[in-house]
Amino acid sequence: MKIITACLDGSTGAKAVCDAGVWAAKKLEAPLQLLHVLEKESLPPSGDLSGTIGFGSRQRLLEQLVLLDAEKSRIGREHGEALLAEARNLAEQSGMTDLTTLQLHGSLVETLTDLEPEIRLAVMGRKGELHGTANHAIGSHLEHAIRTLHCPVLVVMQEFHVPTRFMIAFDASPTSRKALDMVLASPLLLGCECHIVMAGKAAMTHPAYLEAATRDLKEKGFKTTSALLEGTAAEAIGNYAATNQIELMVMGAYGHKPIRRFLVGSTTTRMLAETTIPLLILR
Amino acid sequence: MTERIKNEWFSNIRPDLLSGLVVALALIPEAIAFSIIAGVDPKVGLYAAFSIAIITAFTGGRPAMISAATGAMALLMVTLVREHGLQYLFAATILTGLLQIGAGYFRLGSLMRFVSRSVVTGFVNALAILIFMAQLPELTNVTWPVYAMTAGGLALIYLFPLLPVIGKSLPSPLVAIILLTGISMAAGLDIRTVGDMGQLPDTLPVFLWPEVPLNMETLSIIFPYAIGLATVGLLESMMTATIVDDLTDTGSDKNRECRAQGIANIGAGLIGGMAGCGMIGQSVINVKSGGRGRLSSFSAGFFLLVMVVFFDAWIRQIPMAALVAVMIMVSIGTFSWESLLNLRKHPPSTSIVMLVTVITVVGTHNLAIGVFAGILLASLFFANKVGHFMLVKKELDSSGTTRTYRVIGQIFFASADKFTDSFDFREAVARVVIDLSGAHFWDISAVSALDKAVIKFRREGARVEIIGMNEASTTIVDRFGVHDKPEEVEKILSGH
Repeated sequence: MKIITACLDGSTGAKAVCDAGVWAAKKLEAPLQLLHVLEKESLPPSGDLSGTIGFGSRQRLLEQLVLLDAEKSRIGREHGEALLAEARNLAEQSGMTDLTTLQLHGSLVETLTDLEPEIRLAVMGRKGELHGTANHAIGSHLEHAIRTLHCPVLVVMQEFHVPTRFMIAFDASPTSRKALDMVLASPLLLGCECHIVMAGKAAMTHPAYLEAATRDLKEKGFKTTSALLEGTAAEAIGNYAATNQIELMVMGAYGHKPIRRFLVGSTTTRMLAETTIPLLILR
Repeated sequence: MTERIKNEWFSNIRPDLLSGLVVALALIPEAIAFSIIAGVDPKVGLYAAFSIAIITAFTGGRPAMISAATGAMALLMVTLVREHGLQYLFAATILTGLLQIGAGYFRLGSLMRFVSRSVVTGFVNALAILIFMAQLPELTNVTWPVYAMTAGGLALIYLFPLLPVIGKSLPSPLVAIILLTGISMAAGLDIRTVGDMGQLPDTLPVFLWPEVPLNMETLSIIFPYAIGLATVGLLESMMTATIVDDLTDTGSDKNRECRAQGIANIGAGLIGGMAGCGMIGQSVINVKSGGRGRLSSFSAGFFLLVMVVFFDAWIRQIPMAALVAVMIMVSIGTFSWESLLNLRKHPPSTSIVMLVTVITVVGTHNLAIGVFAGILLASLFFANKVGHFMLVKKELDSSGTTRTYRVIGQIFFASADKFTDSFDFREAVARVVIDLSGAHFWDISAVSALDKAVIKFRREGARVEIIGMNEASTTIVDRFGVHDKPEEVEKILSGH
């Protein structure tokens, strides 16, 4: 059975990631895995600029560097263990039983790529450990992870509340049609109120697709509202979410071709940076 | 893609630039000294150091490794320069580059795994000894100020880093050179300086095609040198890359590094530089000073050229004694002192391989020959050792008519005789079983040994059965063995 993977780090959003993981695991009736990846920052030690290579320089230098790394890694590992234990506690208190914890060395994106065949949904915080409280900062891995992974990714903010009202940003493209199909097929959001919106150029050209999508959603039993928005996608969607108190946003990611993304920028990246509500990114 | 470039070049800007500067300062005396070893003008080594450092910064497979003109390469080109002149050196450098690029495409970088630890240690030690010996002409038949200068320089190099704060932020070899140059200029000492050794660069390097006739004769002159240079260059570069891998706990692309060394040498040959390769000492200095990215190698080459072109009037005044002191430091730092302690701790065969490598190199002045000798010896020792892992157990069944030989281990050329000897052919039994389930046959020597045993037993009138041969052994035995092919056996038995 595929699992829900909650990617924790030492940042303030770790609790939200854990909560969101528990919520998704319960809804999907899937096991929850709490994952912490020990990343190595390859920052050099303070430089010794003396330029001498004395007796056994190489061996001594290697020993020193190994000692330094060993100490850092040990602390990192213990910190990670504590973090996972705490998260486990939290999850158990909310009644999760099917629970595993995993701590690995490597980079987050690589690790997730390796684990991907097992993952049904990955939960990540928006801000990384390094960003402190900077407002619109995206965690260093998030964008890279979303581009690389093919499984659904749930991006949560500093806090997580169980959503009752969600919205789908729909633009009639194959990626967003696929996202819609996944929402229809999954029990994750069943019972929530659904808003489906279309913005930007698609709103002018393909309103019929929106109607069809709305019909599908209604058939599935979602209480659905649909809307056509004016203005650029990211802005219009953001405004709509704010006025209608949307609690979760569903979207397809990186539908544009790389060259356009390079020139115009990506809607997904902007949404990631500006949103204040959790994003469920489906690919 | 852009992310990787950013990561490899600009993830560590300040420490990279700083360590690049330190390396550049340490490279100048070395490049000059290595040119003098090779018997060419200092500018040849300096241009080489500049172009190789810059080119490998872009093309190399190992970020933070420093490549430039090296002692190992300089030692190989001495006779070429002496007998045929500088232009042939440039041609040989370009050919070296081509050979190295070829080696990169044929993935010869992975051949490094055949070079054992003790050969590497022997290489390093021999290199240190040769660099040291190359300094001796500067120290014989000279006046006392030269000795005083050299001793003072060494003292400065090793004691200066002990000073608090300033000791670790200024490269001590540079401090020694500046102070000694100042002293010799102030006292007006009549000792040899860098300016006496030949031309220094006064302009930026320019493109120039080596002035050699493009014919077979030229090729036959430069080819042997180019082969040696290419081998030694790759060997030292791969070793350096491994050291940097260890120190920084990151990986590298060895075959890409081979190609990069080739491209860099072609570049060096085309702007009037000598062949070079990865530098163990400088790379250690670079890592120690905080260099981690490609920017460190690039800035080393860049700063080197800037300083050399703009301060050539000062570089001219550097006394040779100061350079000798720096080179002695380099040879001390390169020598693996631990290997002396390990001589008694390690198994004798390991120590012998190391010593033979060192002795061959010092005897022939050719690192390539020494390394081949070391590899050959190491392989023989290995074959011998594995040959010992062969055991034949004998069992006689209760009725005394069946003798079972249970063979365990590796059968190949080194153990084939021992294998044949372990059968008792005089024993008269009706049935002989050779159980090979624990044995592996590697080559045709092994197969013919088995043939010999089987045929001998048959001659004595025993029925021979071979059981439990593993699949790989079966393949080679089926292909080359004769004991199960009656017509072949006939031939052997009838003496043909």
